[in-house]
Amino acid sequence: MTSGLRIKNLRLNVEGSGEDIVDEINLTIEPGKVLALVGESGSGKTTVGLAVLGHARRGVVVVHGEIHCGEREILSLDDENKRKVRGDLVSYVPQDPASSLNPALRIGVQLVETLEAHDFGGSDSARRDRVREMMSEVLLPTDEDYLRRYPHQLSGGQQQRVGLAMAFACRPSVIVLDEPTTGLDVSTQEHVLATIRQLTREHGVAALYITHDLAVVADLADEVAVMYAGRVVERGLVKDIFMRPSHPYTRHLVDAAPDIAGKKKVIGLSGRAPAPGKRPSGCAFALRCEMVSDECLSTFPVEVVVNDSQKARCIKVGKVVRSIFTASDEASTRVQGSPILDLRGVDAGYAGVKVVHDVSLTIRKGECLALVGESGSGKTTVSRAIGGLHREWSGSMNFKGVELAKGSRQRSTENRLAIQYVFQNPYGSLNPRRTIGDSIIRPLAIGGQSKSEAKRAVFEVLDQVNLPAAYATKFPDQLSGGERQRVAIARALVSKPEVLVCDEVTSALDVLVQAAIIDLLDDLRKNLGLAMLFVTHNLPLVRSIADEVAVMSEGRIVEFGSAESVIGDPQQEYTRSLISATPSIERSMR
Amino acid sequence: MNKVSREPRPFLDFIGTVWAMRRAKIGVVITGLICVTAAVGPHLAPFTATEFVDMPNSLHISGALFGTDYMGQDVWSRFLMGGGSILFLGAVSTAIGVLGGAMLGVVAAYVKGSLNSIIMRTFDIVIAFPGILWALLLLSMMGTSNWLIILAIVISTVPRVGRIIYGAAVAVVEKDFVSAATAIGESRMRIVFREVLPNVTSTLLVETNLRFTYSIGGIASLAFLGFTSDPTGANWGTMVQENSSAIILQPWGTILPVFAIALLTIGTGLIGDAFSRVSAGIDRGRND
Repeated sequence: MTSGLRIKNLRLNVEGSGEDIVDEINLTIEPGKVLALVGESGSGKTTVGLAVLGHARRGVVVVHGEIHCGEREILSLDDENKRKVRGDLVSYVPQDPASSLNPALRIGVQLVETLEAHDFGGSDSARRDRVREMMSEVLLPTDEDYLRRYPHQLSGGQQQRVGLAMAFACRPSVIVLDEPTTGLDVSTQEHVLATIRQLTREHGVAALYITHDLAVVADLADEVAVMYAGRVVERGLVKDIFMRPSHPYTRHLVDAAPDIAGKKKVIGLSGRAPAPGKRPSGCAFALRCEMVSDECLSTFPVEVVVNDSQKARCIKVGKVVRSIFTASDEASTRVQGSPILDLRGVDAGYAGVKVVHDVSLTIRKGECLALVGESGSGKTTVSRAIGGLHREWSGSMNFKGVELAKGSRQRSTENRLAIQYVFQNPYGSLNPRRTIGDSIIRPLAIGGQSKSEAKRAVFEVLDQVNLPAAYATKFPDQLSGGERQRVAIARALVSKPEVLVCDEVTSALDVLVQAAIIDLLDDLRKNLGLAMLFVTHNLPLVRSIADEVAVMSEGRIVEFGSAESVIGDPQQEYTRSLISATPSIERSMR
Repeated sequence: MNKVSREPRPFLDFIGTVWAMRRAKIGVVITGLICVTAAVGPHLAPFTATEFVDMPNSLHISGALFGTDYMGQDVWSRFLMGGGSILFLGAVSTAIGVLGGAMLGVVAAYVKGSLNSIIMRTFDIVIAFPGILWALLLLSMMGTSNWLIILAIVISTVPRVGRIIYGAAVAVVEKDFVSAATAIGESRMRIVFREVLPNVTSTLLVETNLRFTYSIGGIASLAFLGFTSDPTGANWGTMVQENSSAIILQPWGTILPVFAIALLTIGTGLIGDAFSRVSAGIDRGRND
């Protein structure tokens, strides 16, 4: 009997056009194994994942291909049978557990419903027993009280485990997981990943794990398939892919991923993948590839066998320089910069409830201080208070000898422009009804600069963040996420600030784009002598960018020191647990 | 440095994109047709509005294309003359009401605190009474004039538009770009009118269209109740009500004005829809 998942020559098109979204997808997953499908947003990985469930989004149609889950072929089933197969033979764990559970139903009821829908278990009591069994498998309490809870009474990690329990409920043979740990804290992520690993192995489930987080892949998966512009460009065993990538794109992905195990310069890549309908006749990656030749532009690359398990879609297989995990510590004998912003005993809260206690920090000229913590640790509150966006705080913030007022309206124009804030989400921080140039020019207009001078400054600053001047007349929705974040940085830079507060500025971006933004920020810090406060939950990233690190937990700074010493040799239990919970490519490869 | 060859003309580009949509063209044609009918109609009418032509409620009368109405007046002539005042009053009252409502709604969304409460609770009180009641109160106390009719419609429009725009603006106010504007020290006025207001324009355009329809309905209802500046004159609203009781005998007296009002609504609806799609960026090309 064959089991597991086999995808054969799958192609999906944009409805009503000949344009392919994905094509020539061939993947096999053995029972009990995890295959990670990685790639940047828009590469088609979710489209493939949903196709495994026999589903295509609105506006997407299956053109040809076969998907075998065990002995059943999914795509040829009619709608009624597809519906029966879902949850029973093949199940799905979506990205956001909060929106995939029905907020109005108790979790116990939702779990029983899943079983009922597939006539699993002969009786109500058998089903209730199965629910308890599932709950214990995902390491959640099995008592009646817990099952009577509503989704909002559970934490994000618990919700995702309920999602897993639901997916494994009817003992499926294939499971599709679409970035199930995005948005979870590292310690929660660690538990969820362990649960996934255990359940797939114990029950012989073939798992398709969609993600863009390479460290998670290294930690969890057996095999990897890398997608680019709708094609699988490389696939093989995890170790081979990370240690000996055969496709230049794969190597770029690995080079762009920061790693907690060593200080590594992350390397970005400019340009973006061509969209469906705009894909060239040659290699889709050719225009971003440093090894490009005329042949790449004219011939569409076929899959080349590299070794028993590894295949790559590149005509230059064998010529890709292998990745080296750079433990290149540029000797950290730098002279400490002079203090610019000094926080002493800062408490902050919301409506009288204190969430930040006694925070003291010094931000120095030309240095990057990372403020690290899990969600709810108070790190964003501190950064917003510095930016004048959160007014309920007490204590002292001394900016070059002057006490800062609480809200930005109370601060002098000079102080306001000297401390600039870059927001997490570039999709929300730019006014969609304004041109890029119009958004960037505002701080100068407020500062009272003449129009022609300000315009010149806008072009200069666009150049600084590596965007063409012509972008000044574009609107935000004509830009990619990375480009938008560059614009947001340009807006912060245009008034020549001394302090740049970056609030999770890369968390909404793909890994290659993240690397490029980190690169940019690092250059700006060096060239302009900027003092940076880098707020993040991403510890590997801290290792790549920060000079000093402050670790926050429950509103307090629990550990402080140089990036090397805090991450390389943590002294506090909390920091140690954070670091050990963070997946690492390098550690997994050892 | 001057790599940008032409100055951006966002507004003209915007209108151009709207016009490029088929639904906008159809909408403009329909709306234009009704407006031209209302504007040119009076000069083409074979009879005057109040002239007795033949037996009331009769069809098939030579010279009267659509027969006579309940008073024996020519339906076609009254139809041609009946659009002007409704269109004029509807447009003016909608414009004033939507502008006022939008301003108040956006301001209330941005300033939290007591000003917000004052504005929103006033809206609640006004909405608590049916619009027609305000109108009757006003018109019966102060007499009937076009300006009072407009005022009556504005009173019922402002809080309704205000509530909708408030709802749309509250979501915009929480966006990071508003925080960003606050952080660099933009004035409150600028934030309200340059950051928030432009981001509710699609809601505003849809709402304008809806309110225009309601205004016409309101003016027609008032006309039926006798509140027009010219009670015997032709008016689509009055016509519908006057002739609806004889709709079996003489359908044209009702159908023509209803048809015109319906077409007008659909036409403005299509235009409003095109505006909202373009301003939301639904069909904007990603690469030029």
